[in-house]
Amino acid sequence: MESIKVNQSIKNNNDFIEKISIESGQPVQQCYQCGKCTAGCPVAFAMDYTPNQIMRMVQFGMKEELLRSKAIWLCATCQTCTTRCPCNIELTKVMESLRIMADKEGTTPSGSAKNIKTFYDSFVGTIEKYGRAFEVAAMLQYNLNSKHFFNKAALGLPMLQKGKLKLSPSKVKNGSEIARIFSEVRRMEGEGE
Amino acid sequence: MRYAYYPGCSSDTTGKEYEATVRIVCKNLGIELVDIPDWSCCGATAAHGKSHLLNTALPARNLALAEEMGLDVVTPCAACYQQLATANKEMKENQQIAEKVNQATGKNYQGTIKVKSIVEVIGSLEPDIIKAQMVKPLKGLKIAAYYGCLMVRPPSVTGFDDAENPMFLDNLMRLAGAETMDWPHKTECCGGALQVSNEHIVVKLLDKIYKEALKSGANCMVAACPLCHFNLDGCQSTCNRLLGTTYEIPIFYFTQLLGLAMGLNQQELQFNSHFTDTRKVLKLVG
Repeated sequence: MESIKVNQSIKNNNDFIEKISIESGQPVQQCYQCGKCTAGCPVAFAMDYTPNQIMRMVQFGMKEELLRSKAIWLCATCQTCTTRCPCNIELTKVMESLRIMADKEGTTPSGSAKNIKTFYDSFVGTIEKYGRAFEVAAMLQYNLNSKHFFNKAALGLPMLQKGKLKLSPSKVKNGSEIARIFSEVRRMEGEGE
Repeated sequence: MRYAYYPGCSSDTTGKEYEATVRIVCKNLGIELVDIPDWSCCGATAAHGKSHLLNTALPARNLALAEEMGLDVVTPCAACYQQLATANKEMKENQQIAEKVNQATGKNYQGTIKVKSIVEVIGSLEPDIIKAQMVKPLKGLKIAAYYGCLMVRPPSVTGFDDAENPMFLDNLMRLAGAETMDWPHKTECCGGALQVSNEHIVVKLLDKIYKEALKSGANCMVAACPLCHFNLDGCQSTCNRLLGTTYEIPIFYFTQLLGLAMGLNQQELQFNSHFTDTRKVLKLVG
C-alpha cells in the first residue's frame, strides 16, 4: 500500500465513509483497532487486508483500495467478528456493503476473489431463472465464466451416483413472483431509493 | 406442535438424507411439519454479494407465505436459518426496508412469526419425550458435535444456544446414548461459502477442524447443515488429496443418529449416500 495523506483522504472521501456507515447500519468510526476480529477470522490468512485493516481503511476513506481488495470477497460471512466485536460493530455487514458497492461500480477483484464473485453471480442467476438454486447449472456457468472448465468434475460423478446431483431444476410454480422480486429490486435500486 | 417447514434447496440433492431423517425423526417426536407451499430460495450464501434489498426480499417471500399459514417457520439448514432469521429481524426492526421488501415481493409481511432452527425445536423438547424413543443407545460413538457458523451466530439473530460453546447437539447426542467431546472447533467456520471457488483455502479450514476433532478423541462428527455436511464429508477426499492427509472421519447428520437410536433401519437413514465410509464406526453401535 502506498502512503496516503489521511486528512486529505478523509476529506475527499467523506461521502464514501458516510455511505458505508448508512448502508451497513454500522458505527464504523467506533472501531479502535483492538484486532479481535482478525484474531478470530478463519480466512484472514488468505486476505490482502485483514478485517481490522479493512475497518481502518473505511475510517480513512480509502475507497479505491477497499473496492479492489480481495478481502471483502474472501469474507466467508461466518459472523465470528460480528459476534466478538467489543464495539458491537457488525463487520459482516460492513464487508457486505463493500462487496455490493464494488459490484455496483463494476470493480473487478483480482485472482481468487474474482472467482468468488463469479460464483455468486452464477448462483444468483439460477435463483432468478428457477426460483430455487440449481447446482448443476450454477456450476457449469461458474466453470465457463471462471474458465476453470473441470472444476469439481471429480466430485460430479460420485455425486450423481449417490443421488446428490439433479440434472433438471426443481422450479417454483409461481415463477412470476420471483421475476417480480428481481425486477422490483432493480427498479428501486436504479431509482437510487 | 406445528411448524411451517422450509426444506431449502439442498433438500433434494446434497442434503437428501438430512431431509428424509428430519421428517421421520420429527414425526416420531410429535412435531408436525407443514411444507410452505411453493417456497423459493432464500438467497443462500450468494445473494449478499449482489444487493441488500434482494438478499432480504428472497427470504421474506417465504416468511410472508408462512405468515399466511399462521405458523412459525422451522428449517433444517443452518444457512437458510441464518437468511430467514436475519430477514425476519430486519423486517421487524427496519420499517423502511420492510416497505421496500413488501413492494418487491408483492406480499404484506407483518412480522408476526418466529424463525427457528430444527436443532432448537428438537433440542427444546422435554428430555423424557426424546428418551422414550431411544431404543438403541449409540454406544461406542464418540462424537465431535459441529455447529458451524450460521446456526449460533450472531447471537442477536440466533440466540437459542451459546455462540462460543453451544450444547444443543451435544445434549441430544447424549440423550441418544453417545459420548460427546469437549473440543474447541465446534463453531469454527468450514468455509462452505468458498467451497466452489477457493478449495485451496477451504481444505486448510477443514484440516484444522478434523485435526481438533481427532485430538479430542472423537471417532465421528455430527453436523446440522447440508452445506457443512457436504463440505466436511464430500470434500474430505479433496483435503486428503491436496494436503496429503489421511482423514477418514464419518460425518453424520444429527437426525440420522437420532433415527438410528430410534431403531430405524440403515436404508431409511441413508448412510450409504455419504462419501466418507461410515460402516466401521457404526459397527460399534451394533
